[in-house]
Amino acid sequence: MSATATQTPPPAAPRAKERPASGRIRLSTPMLLLIVAGALLVVSAVRAITGAEDVTSSGQIAGALAGAVPIGLAGLAGLWSERAGVVNIGLEGMMILGTFFGAWAGWQTNPWLAVLAGVLGGALGGLVHAVVTVTFGVDHIIAGVAMNILATGVTQYLAKRWFNVGEAAQKGGTPKQSPPMNDAKHFTVPGLSHWLDTVENHHWFLVSDLAGIIGGLVTDISSLTLLAIVLFAGTFFVLWRTPFGLRLRSCGENPIAAESLGVNVYTYKYAAVVISGALAGLGGVFLAIGTHFYLEGQTGGRGYIGLAAMIFGNWRPGGLAMGAGLFGYADSLQLRNGGPSVHALLLLIALLLVAMAAWKFYRGARVAPAVALGFAVLLAVWYMLTDSVPDEVVQGTPYVVTLLVMGLSAQRLRMPKADGLPYRKGQGH
Amino acid sequence: MKKFDKDRVLLAVAAPVLAVVGALVVTALVLLATGKDPFHAFNVMVNYGDKSDSQVYILNKGITYYLSGLAVAVGFRMNLFNIGVDGQYRMAAFFAAAVGGAVAMPSVLEIPLIIVTAMVVGAAWAAIAGVLKVTRGVSEVISTIMLNSLAGIVIGYFLQGGRLGVLDKDANMVSTKPLPHSGQLFNFQTATDPVDGFIVFAVLAGVLYWFLLSRTRFGFDLRAVGRSESAAEASGVDVKKMIITSMLISGGMAGLVGMSTLLNESHDYGTDFPTGIGFTGIAVALLGRNNPVGIGIGALLWAFLERASDGLEFEGFDKEIVGVIQGVIVLAVVIAYELVRRYGLARQQRQVGAELAAAAASPGGSADGSPGEGGPAIGKQAGAASGAAEATKEDA
Repeated sequence: MSATATQTPPPAAPRAKERPASGRIRLSTPMLLLIVAGALLVVSAVRAITGAEDVTSSGQIAGALAGAVPIGLAGLAGLWSERAGVVNIGLEGMMILGTFFGAWAGWQTNPWLAVLAGVLGGALGGLVHAVVTVTFGVDHIIAGVAMNILATGVTQYLAKRWFNVGEAAQKGGTPKQSPPMNDAKHFTVPGLSHWLDTVENHHWFLVSDLAGIIGGLVTDISSLTLLAIVLFAGTFFVLWRTPFGLRLRSCGENPIAAESLGVNVYTYKYAAVVISGALAGLGGVFLAIGTHFYLEGQTGGRGYIGLAAMIFGNWRPGGLAMGAGLFGYADSLQLRNGGPSVHALLLLIALLLVAMAAWKFYRGARVAPAVALGFAVLLAVWYMLTDSVPDEVVQGTPYVVTLLVMGLSAQRLRMPKADGLPYRKGQGH
Repeated sequence: MKKFDKDRVLLAVAAPVLAVVGALVVTALVLLATGKDPFHAFNVMVNYGDKSDSQVYILNKGITYYLSGLAVAVGFRMNLFNIGVDGQYRMAAFFAAAVGGAVAMPSVLEIPLIIVTAMVVGAAWAAIAGVLKVTRGVSEVISTIMLNSLAGIVIGYFLQGGRLGVLDKDANMVSTKPLPHSGQLFNFQTATDPVDGFIVFAVLAGVLYWFLLSRTRFGFDLRAVGRSESAAEASGVDVKKMIITSMLISGGMAGLVGMSTLLNESHDYGTDFPTGIGFTGIAVALLGRNNPVGIGIGALLWAFLERASDGLEFEGFDKEIVGVIQGVIVLAVVIAYELVRRYGLARQQRQVGAELAAAAASPGGSADGSPGEGGPAIGKQAGAASGAAEATKEDA
């Protein structure tokens, strides 16, 4: 009797805990659409109340997209590598290689060769990282840090040797900057773009917001952005719908099991890390082509932010794209002198916190809603007592957002099981 | 047994030497490929770096690199990657400079006040990452990188005329209010330039680091967590507490990084305050294998390379080649350590195997014991021996 009495509760307890968690993660498509619609409604309400028209303007959205692409590509690079079990902090260095080699080819030839050179430069960085982590089995984070130091040193040296001499110097090259190059081709959807712009300028509730967002996404789009979108879709397809992808992911989850099934884990890890470097290089080229030249320190930590976006996206392409979009939006705010926009967003965050507090309260929590409500009140007071926020708040927004998002979501994430662990062939015997 | 120890020292020295030689070879190849004479370049570096004013420069630079390396190494020893030393030391130096500039007290109070402020600020900034890791499971790598960027922004906000900064119209520079005379630390005069008095604190920090990690229960726990978190937890170590504590120590140590510049040289925190030393610290800690003496050597090597880069420029070389040398050294050093570690492990296993075989072969060895019992025991011994040997090698 007593045995059955003690046996029954334990299985029940975890099940009760699990159910809301799984229900929270598995969003059906209608639910997702509903959330997007709700978010749009709240944002346009905030825009209407605050009068900060730039929150959803097409310029802001276009800027967000341009900012999101390099971060997204860096994140995608991290995704490839980490899905095969290799942590890649060296993304930043590989992006630097991408900006440098891209600009080196770009000022002498055309943008497409620049892309090729940048991708190859990044892939070279990936190859070095693969040799160090896979063949020599060095700790991945240490190897990545070393990679970043090396890439910085090499590009600074080569920039002085290649951009500061002869024809390059005449065309405006310096030790810290390459001569200018041409931009990749940009596209605009004819007709639609102009019409959306007119709608946007009416500042109608919801309608203009939608017009602004869609307008930003169809006007003056770089062909590299289109390429990035294709790569996102392609990554999902290859990693989750092909045998190659399955084997690659198995190397990141359980390399010993993969090995026992005949997968050559080293080969897959090599492939993943080299592809990772190539994608990071593409992200670098995107930056260099967008500004028309290589600049020292141009990547500005985007490789790291890309990693953060990937973690935020739970090591999945869709979530990663959302994360990159968030960071791109914050980036764009900073570029567009977004004091008023960030000021308006204070109100938005306050509203979201209130909603979160209500939800948590409804679910029976008492402490969390109180804290959330407290922060909401503070933000609302800040909003009402000021007209704008200091530039530094705008600058710091992406980083604070990263910390907050990671703090709120890190526990619900699941990284590949063998991510970052050393693996030697035959270690399972 | 004694001979065995000598071999271990040889192995420990082999890795960095291998790395530096490898780095020189790669650099020579790079120089050759870009049409320069590598041997002339190395000659210039050694000659220039050897001058007495260069030596003082190297020593002074080495102090900051050393402290930064120690700060990083505290985290490394328990597998905690504090990439945020860079932000921590800048926040610390900035607020310490602001406090020191605002208060005027006798030296005995003023200087400790500045140093303690720096350590507290550095520790507090590091604690954010520690708390996020412990309570929310956020990777400290990502959070400290974000905090580095935020540190620059926070300093940018306060370092403006009317806030904590004072605008110098002539130089068009903003800096904190200069420290009073009592806040300036003594120097050691030499034939050429003075050596920063803060070197005393740096040496003390090194001794403290060695004592804390190798001679206390705390240090043992810390290294235990670094080797295996679950094993440490099982043996009663509070891992969460250890993470917070070591982040605090690492951040406090990072607070000292900017102090020799502040107390001995600039006496204020301006827009020209050195940045990026935190990342140098990572390289130096890797080079020195987290060992207090090794980090010292690494710090001096780094400072030497930087000094030598100036000499190269006089001779018509590009001083940026030093960046390549540094990058290759770091990469080579991590590979070399891993190779030597693996080689040492394999060698030890072979040795233990040979000893056991010898014991089994000798008639007195396992004459009375049943083989069924002896087998696993010997196996266990061998495993424990190689495990312990690896642990001690790590400490060396």
